[in-house]
Amino acid sequence: MQDVVSQVSNFVDLNWMNITYLFIVGFVGGLVSGFIGSGGAFVLTPAMMSLGVPGLIAVASNMCHKFPKALIGAIKRAKYGQVDVKLGIVLGISAETGVLYGAHIQENIQKSFGDAGSNLYVSAAFVVILAVVGGFVLRDAWKTYKSGNMNEEEKATKIAKWVQSINIPGTMVYFKSLNARISVLFTIPLGFATGMLAATIAVGGFIGVPAMIYVLGAPSLMASASELVIAFVMGLGGSFKYAMSGLVDIRLAMIILAGSLFGIQLGAIGTTYVKPFMIKMVMGVIMVIVLFSRALMVPVYLSQLGIIQTISEGTVKVLKTTSFAIMALALLVGAFIVLKAMWQGRKAEKLHYAEDVLEHGKV
Amino acid sequence: MVSGYKKNVRKKPVGKMIFMGVLSIALYTVLLLKQSMITSYFGKGGMYAVLPIVTAFLFSFIHGSFTGDFWTVLGVEAKKKKEVK
Repeated sequence: MQDVVSQVSNFVDLNWMNITYLFIVGFVGGLVSGFIGSGGAFVLTPAMMSLGVPGLIAVASNMCHKFPKALIGAIKRAKYGQVDVKLGIVLGISAETGVLYGAHIQENIQKSFGDAGSNLYVSAAFVVILAVVGGFVLRDAWKTYKSGNMNEEEKATKIAKWVQSINIPGTMVYFKSLNARISVLFTIPLGFATGMLAATIAVGGFIGVPAMIYVLGAPSLMASASELVIAFVMGLGGSFKYAMSGLVDIRLAMIILAGSLFGIQLGAIGTTYVKPFMIKMVMGVIMVIVLFSRALMVPVYLSQLGIIQTISEGTVKVLKTTSFAIMALALLVGAFIVLKAMWQGRKAEKLHYAEDVLEHGKV
Repeated sequence: MVSGYKKNVRKKPVGKMIFMGVLSIALYTVLLLKQSMITSYFGKGGMYAVLPIVTAFLFSFIHGSFTGDFWTVLGVEAKKKKEVK
């Protein structure tokens, strides 16, 4: 608790430059989250830390902006019929336990191996999970794009069909997004993994959304929308836990929220203009770019732990800056794809309307 | 998106947007002007944890309503009759 008290006294001074910076990062993060269900957090925490905010306060404040943002995004997307609230809550509850367990592992690693060990664990988790899941998601989106079957209804994978075919009495629940009854014994480990990832790399959706699509058989649009419900459940519990220790800097959280609520509304609107494979495309692209950002930092932590030769201060600084720049690039590329897809969708709708008027003479 | 004939029928929520916008600005003004007092209470921990949670819900309701209407007034709206597959 002493550490906590000393951290609280480290709440940073805010000026208009800082406020504008956080607002803009919040907006871009919100835009991406509104579209793919998550994704802004991995840039927001380091962005706050770059202003001198201590790590734990940055994580806590990020979490406290995340749950109200996810709530607004979920409400917006529910209006479009994209949210499976029951699936989101069921996964969200098991995700909450995953968050607690993930945080516990983090604490133990930090105790045993220090900050460098903890950072190495986080970066390794980033690299392995993003390479496997991100690579798979991007490959799938690319295959759909190349096949020209972008308008076809998404088909459930073999594993999803198998999951939906298993009947375990007493555990079966109907989910509207799957249009099937599945056993909660399948959803519990998926939610748990989502929470663990959220506690480790701050973006549980990188497991949650692909799991809903490929393992449970949910359509991309519903998976990314229901992820917002999971983020709300996880974020609310996590924020309260951090706030109990006085770690939430409400000013930071609300300033980021100011930008991200503009972004999440726009991202949610964007989903109504795009073909479902675009959700996978944006998510896959972001995941793969972030993977390179974290991979750059692995040698730094290995050197700090004495596993490899010491890296000079200058090189560490260059690697850190490049890593942060690549991470910001990932978010910007994601935001660009969302805005471009939305722009094209709006243009196509206008064209369609003009054709309709010409054909039927409607005014 | 409100385009074409729909534009003539649907009324844009300009009044509501302005009202929520003013409320939102007021909330942020108080937050920034009284920041030292607010952070000292909100950072106490324990049962004071309720304060940031309630604040987050309040800001999300007011500012969320404003941002939603903001895009609607600008004409950026969801595509009509989107099928969720």
